[in-house]
Amino acid sequence: MNTPALELRGVHKRYGVVHANRNVDLGVERQTVHALVGENGAGKSTLMKIAYGHVRADSGTVHIKGERIARHSVAQSIARKVGMVHQHFMLVGPLTVVENVVLGLEPRRRGLLDLSRATAEIVDLTGRFHLDVEPSARIEDLSVGQQQRVEILKMLWRGCDVLILDEPTAVLTPGEVRGLFETLRGLVADGMTVVLITHKLDEVLAIADRVTVMRRGEVVSEMDGKGLKADDIAHAMVGRPVLLEVDKGPAEVGSPVLEIEDLRITGARGINAVNGVDLLVRAGEIVGIAGVEGNGQKELVEAVVGLHPIDSGRIRIAGRDIAGLTVEARYRAGLAHIPEDRHDRALILDYSIKDNLILGLQRHFTGALDLLRTSAIAERADALIEKFDIRPANPDHLAVGMSGGNQQKIVVARELSRQAPKLLLCAQPTRGVDIGAIEAIHRRMIEARDQGLAVLLVSAELSELKSLSDRLCVMYKGRIVAKFDADDLAREGSLDEVGALMTGAVTAAEVSLGRAGDARSHDLAGDGADRSHSLPDPSGPAQDSADESAVSDGTVKDTVNDRMYPSEDEDEDENEEELS
Amino acid sequence: MITRSVVRREAITIGIALAVSVVAGSLLIVLTGKSPTEVFSLLISGTWGNAYGFGQVLFRATPIILTGLAVALAFKVGLFNIGAEGQMIVGSFATALCGTSLPDGTPAVIAIPLCIAVGMVGGGLLGSIPGLLRAYYGAHEVINTIMLNFIAAALVLWLGNEFFFARATTRTEPIIEGARLSNFDMFPGSNANTSIVLAILLAVAVHLFLTRTRRGYEWRAVGHNPRAAENGGVNVRATIIGAMTASGALAGAVGANFVLGYKHYFENDMGTGVGFMGIAVALLGRNHPAGIIAAALLFGTLSAGGLTLAVSVGVPKDFISVLQAVIILAVAAAAATMYLRQHKKGDQAGDPQKGKPGQQNQPGKGDNADG
Amino acid sequence: MGEFFASLFTIAFVAQTLRITVPYALAALGGVMSERSGVINIALEGILLTGAFTGAVAAYESNQYTLVGYEPNPIAAAVIAGALGGVLIAALYGLVVITFKADQIVAGVAINLLAAGLTRYLLKLLYDSASNSPEIPGFETGIFSNPVFWLVVLLAIAAYVLVWRTRWGLRLRAVGDHPEAAHTLGITVNAVRWQGVLASGALAGVGGAWLALSVRGFVENMSAGRGYIALAAVIMGSWRPQWACAACLLFGLAEAVQIKLQTYSIGVPNELTQMFPYILTMITLAGFIGRSRPPQALGQPYDSD
Repeated sequence: MNTPALELRGVHKRYGVVHANRNVDLGVERQTVHALVGENGAGKSTLMKIAYGHVRADSGTVHIKGERIARHSVAQSIARKVGMVHQHFMLVGPLTVVENVVLGLEPRRRGLLDLSRATAEIVDLTGRFHLDVEPSARIEDLSVGQQQRVEILKMLWRGCDVLILDEPTAVLTPGEVRGLFETLRGLVADGMTVVLITHKLDEVLAIADRVTVMRRGEVVSEMDGKGLKADDIAHAMVGRPVLLEVDKGPAEVGSPVLEIEDLRITGARGINAVNGVDLLVRAGEIVGIAGVEGNGQKELVEAVVGLHPIDSGRIRIAGRDIAGLTVEARYRAGLAHIPEDRHDRALILDYSIKDNLILGLQRHFTGALDLLRTSAIAERADALIEKFDIRPANPDHLAVGMSGGNQQKIVVARELSRQAPKLLLCAQPTRGVDIGAIEAIHRRMIEARDQGLAVLLVSAELSELKSLSDRLCVMYKGRIVAKFDADDLAREGSLDEVGALMTGAVTAAEVSLGRAGDARSHDLAGDGADRSHSLPDPSGPAQDSADESAVSDGTVKDTVNDRMYPSEDEDEDENEEELS
Repeated sequence: MITRSVVRREAITIGIALAVSVVAGSLLIVLTGKSPTEVFSLLISGTWGNAYGFGQVLFRATPIILTGLAVALAFKVGLFNIGAEGQMIVGSFATALCGTSLPDGTPAVIAIPLCIAVGMVGGGLLGSIPGLLRAYYGAHEVINTIMLNFIAAALVLWLGNEFFFARATTRTEPIIEGARLSNFDMFPGSNANTSIVLAILLAVAVHLFLTRTRRGYEWRAVGHNPRAAENGGVNVRATIIGAMTASGALAGAVGANFVLGYKHYFENDMGTGVGFMGIAVALLGRNHPAGIIAAALLFGTLSAGGLTLAVSVGVPKDFISVLQAVIILAVAAAAATMYLRQHKKGDQAGDPQKGKPGQQNQPGKGDNADG
Repeated sequence: MGEFFASLFTIAFVAQTLRITVPYALAALGGVMSERSGVINIALEGILLTGAFTGAVAAYESNQYTLVGYEPNPIAAAVIAGALGGVLIAALYGLVVITFKADQIVAGVAINLLAAGLTRYLLKLLYDSASNSPEIPGFETGIFSNPVFWLVVLLAIAAYVLVWRTRWGLRLRAVGDHPEAAHTLGITVNAVRWQGVLASGALAGVGGAWLALSVRGFVENMSAGRGYIALAAVIMGSWRPQWACAACLLFGLAEAVQIKLQTYSIGVPNELTQMFPYILTMITLAGFIGRSRPPQALGQPYDSD
């Protein structure tokens, strides 16, 4: 009982010049929940992959239940009842739940697979630990939360008594997080040891018996879970006081820049991703969209950029209907866009900093014969690298070799230096970015607002939303379920309300009942003016026809463009990838 | 700094691969009871050692420069064109049809560019099919180009047999005088002709296009990360279709060598294998036009030298095809190994959580991720 | 015309169809084994050709000698040697794409070039002929009394059971779809892939031997694109052994009908009917007929570190 369930001694791991882990010692006592906390890139995941045998350390030793493991491999961890739930689920999509659970330890009868007993065992486990999932369902058809339960089932069925969970809550709704924690508590009571990798402080406070904080590959602090305060952990994590408030004057609001009316979008798998959203963002304000990932925010943003087709509704930028415009034309209309995943949408990792700084602006840097104006590109790169403090300050350096924060600075620099941007769309602008870069990016966003840009900020981080937003909308299941203006946000406890709304724990009606008479919360458009976007009348679109004709004159050129690129808006979602 | 390390990596790759190939080739020669050094030196002296031989090298290299460019251009846009073979057949056939149907006495300044252009259009059209299917239906171009190779061969044979071939042959009538390219006087007796100039010009053009133009920038962006390119205002579909069409057109220009410069008619099975050699040459030349020309000269040397070997020392000429295949395998293996080694060393790149290296190059991966 | 249709409803026609289908089906089953594990197999063409060559050589040589008073059965020898030859060249392919992680499409094309060149080269060395081997013993009986045919039927059933009902099949499917998931459960991804590729070599190699035995000899490039048709069948069959076999049967049927059309000189151009499988595959790929879902990790090498 005294030997730790899992122990790491002097673990060192290097990737190139970066020390992912530096001389790390860690002991996990049995039957505890041990939280491993740190910022993105602090080395938590690497450390646990080493503990699990998925990655081998350069030096140092791994001990499982007192036994030193030489030539550590995953198979040895499994044999010693250690299991790991990875951040990206390790589930085989086309296989069923049972098949995934038994994979690697398949029971056989007369040479053939025998899944019947395993199925019964899984049903038993699901009942005991509140892990509700259908054993014969195919993984592909399950929700993310259900898939995570399969991951845990997989480990339980193997009889694991040490369970490592890597950022298990990143993709869960708060309700699912609660369910997960309940399950984990049940498991610990049953004799399990849990290692929880996370960077969310509230989770640590909620469940951890013991906390280890990592920074830059090293363990910087170990503390007891009891009586711990968020501040203590935050200090240890970032090494200096966390910036909670951003200096920001009151918004000087101008005319409408982004107007969205009754927008409906079909997302992946034919589900209604956006279900009748009305939204208004005016010059000089930051409107936040709070929501748990997967509630339609991504589709909303991509629809504005022109990356995702819409079913119905209207989107205007600076008064101009952008339906049917190419992505390029929308940028010319004044759009700037910081996508939620820079590796996915914002950067060509194999391009240099210089070339990434013109992505989306390449037409502005083209001269005669379609030739790129290399000297103009180089000059611009030098200026932006200096202004935004992008490091390394070498315009020919490839983006692939840079830290997340500096990569994001490239994106921010590029988008804010567009010609006359009017609207800035930011989705999760500081995800996976170190604290220094977060501050810089936040400052830039406020600067942009103060210069009169309309800013739409989509984020899952309540603190970020709170410190930046002038107004806030909560998105849940494809709808905007509530809006908060600056006064609402300043009110005590408003963030709790936002949190509750995001998760669907309460409805907007309940919230507004709670603060009866507060008419603002019903004003879904949030602008308080005559235009009533809040509850669109089914016969509504007619009312704006005057507006439409007013702008139609200006769109002739783009209509031509449309015809040249007729396919832009059609979706490729449905195309399965064929590769053989 | 990074570019230098890439160049070094590529150089080592080629070096290792060629060394492996020479060893494997030597083993095959030993099997026939001959001396490897003797055979290899004969291979060199029989080609680069005299004017005729060198002319044959150029003649053999010309079509594979073109198909190599075709494969490389598509590859830069993240597409794999295995269909150069079919595109070359269709292009050559179209070139020949143009050359036979022009009125006698058409001046060369009109006839030659026209015939080449028609060939490129023919190849381009065939190339556009997998491009369209990829862009609109997500059908992978590898399989479609393979299928189209067979379809193109069958279609051309049918069209020829039914309408165009001379009686009881599988070849067209000869093209008009004005459409014929001249041979080089400096390589007497060889089939080398001025189409090599066309090939080199196209190589330069492809290089300038990719590195210097806005469209080239956009095409390469699609090759690296189609989703980011799309967000950067690039029309990904148009790019895919355009790149496959351009790739097909490059392969379609092969007719200039075989039809206009050599046989002066189209014949069934003409130039078989040249399309696949293009894959090898693009791979060996690391998709760089200069590298492709060098690799094509190497493969041209092997093809031209193979015949000499068979005649003079009795090593079957198929020895050369085996050697070529071994070179491809060795380069492919060495390139992958070197790439992985370098990326493992530099794994700190960006967030370590983010996917594995090497998957950046697969357009199919990205553009369906929502599905 | 009536005579033509009548001829389609004969045992002889069925036998003809099956004879054509067998090498397709074997190569396609091989394709399923390899591609299910995540390894693209364009090399099927080269494996077929190699199997045909080794099969032919074994049949010919075994007919020349008696081994310690025992006369080897040339047909059995051909089948075994075909499988071995296929395994050998598949092993080279596996070495290049699994161990060295080379691009599978490039390597597949190269293996096909290698097989074409090497068989001709060895033909020249062994039998001093540029185009074909000496005549070898072939199938003497009709297809239904041919034990090799029944062996093939057995192999097809075994492949089905193996893929869907056994531990090996489950791992094969897992490794091709999400290799990392399999790895985290202690499965050695590349070992499973090796097994898939070698199995594909054995199966397609037997297919090659069948080709050589049917025409009593090896002819240069005798696979004549059959490997690619088999690959097409794998895709049409959505990477399922049973449906891939069905697709092969369809292609075999089309080819048999075409041969009949020729014998009755009904004017459908041979060249056009030959395009049938290829066009059908393109249509399938574009999603016009159902949906074909490839293993998600197909074509991606796995680095176990």
